[in-house]
Amino acid sequence: MDEQPNLDYFNEIANGEAAILNKLISILKSEFPQQLESYNQNILDANYIEAAEALHKLKHKVGLLGLENGYAIANQYENNLREHNFENKNEFEAILKNITNFIHKL
Amino acid sequence: MIKCIIVDDEKLAREVLSILILKSEKLVLLEQFSNAIDAIKYLNANKVDLIFLDIHMPNFSGFDFVQTIKNPPKVILVTIDKNFALEAFNYNCITDYLIKPIVEERFNKAINRISIKRENPLGQLNSSDSSVKEIYVNIDKRLIKIDIASINFIQANGDYILIKTEGINYTVHTTLKKIEDKLPKTTFLKIHRSYIINVNKIIDIQDSTVLIAKDLIPVSKNNRPLLMESINLL
Repeated sequence: MDEQPNLDYFNEIANGEAAILNKLISILKSEFPQQLESYNQNILDANYIEAAEALHKLKHKVGLLGLENGYAIANQYENNLREHNFENKNEFEAILKNITNFIHKL
Repeated sequence: MIKCIIVDDEKLAREVLSILILKSEKLVLLEQFSNAIDAIKYLNANKVDLIFLDIHMPNFSGFDFVQTIKNPPKVILVTIDKNFALEAFNYNCITDYLIKPIVEERFNKAINRISIKRENPLGQLNSSDSSVKEIYVNIDKRLIKIDIASINFIQANGDYILIKTEGINYTVHTTLKKIEDKLPKTTFLKIHRSYIINVNKIIDIQDSTVLIAKDLIPVSKNNRPLLMESINLL
C-alpha cells in the first residue's frame, strides 16, 4: 500500500497551535473506533444500508487523513454496498486497518 | 457579525468547522448540534443568520431539515458527496455548499459571498435604481437612448460590449463593469464573467445555461446560487 495516512490537513487547520491539533487528534481517536465498530457490526448483521451509513462517516476520516486513493475506493465501495455488492470491501477494510494502526501510534 | 450554528452528527466535522468559524472575523458561532431536532428547537427560540448544515444525517437529512424550518436563514451545505450539489439549488436559502474535508480557502470564499449579499442584497433598491429607466450609450459620437427594460442581456466582447435588446443590438466601446454599475441591481445580474442578464427576460434555466429570447447564455458555477436566489422559485 503506497498511500499512508498523514496529519497534513489537521496541521493546516490547527495552523501551528498544539492545543487545537491535540483536540482534533483526540476526537479522531475516540470517534473513528466507534464508527469502525458500527460498520463492522452492521456488516456482521447483514444491515448493509446501516453499514454504508457508517462507511460514509469513515470516508470523511479517510479524506481528512490525506488518503486520496483510499477516499475513491471508499466512495466506490459505499455505492456498491448500498446495492449489497461487496466489490472493494477488502481494499476498504485494508485502509481501515491502516488507519487504525496509524491512530494507535498517535 | 454573522451569527451561525453548525448541524452535523459527526463530532470531528463539527470541530473542524468550529475552528474555521473561530478564525473568521465575520462569523460568531452560537451553538453546534449533533442532530436536526435539537437545532430546530434552537431555531424556534433564537435568531440565527447562517447554518452550516450536514446533508447526510441519520433519520433526518439536511434537505428534510431545510424543508421543516419556517423562514430558514442562509444555509451552507456541508457534504462529502458532490452529487447533492444540484439538488441544493432547489432551495433559495441554500447559498453554497462545501465539500468535506473543507478547504479553508473555499470556506472563506463562501463566507465572503454571504457577506457581500448581506451588504448589498438583491431586492433592495439603490437610491438611483428606482429612477433609472433608460441609459445613454455613446456610439459613433452619438448618445443613443436605450430603454433599460428592453435589454435582454449584455455580452462582453474584448474592448466592447454587445447590448442585446428586444429590437436592436448595440455595440458599445466600454466594459461590462461600467455598464453593470449603471443598471438596476434588482433586475440585472452578472451570471458569467462575460454576461449580464435581465432577470425578467429569462425564459428558462437548464443546467448551466439560461435561455433569453433565442440565446443560450452560460451561467458560471460561482454565480448560479445568486441567480437561483434572484428568481421566484416554487
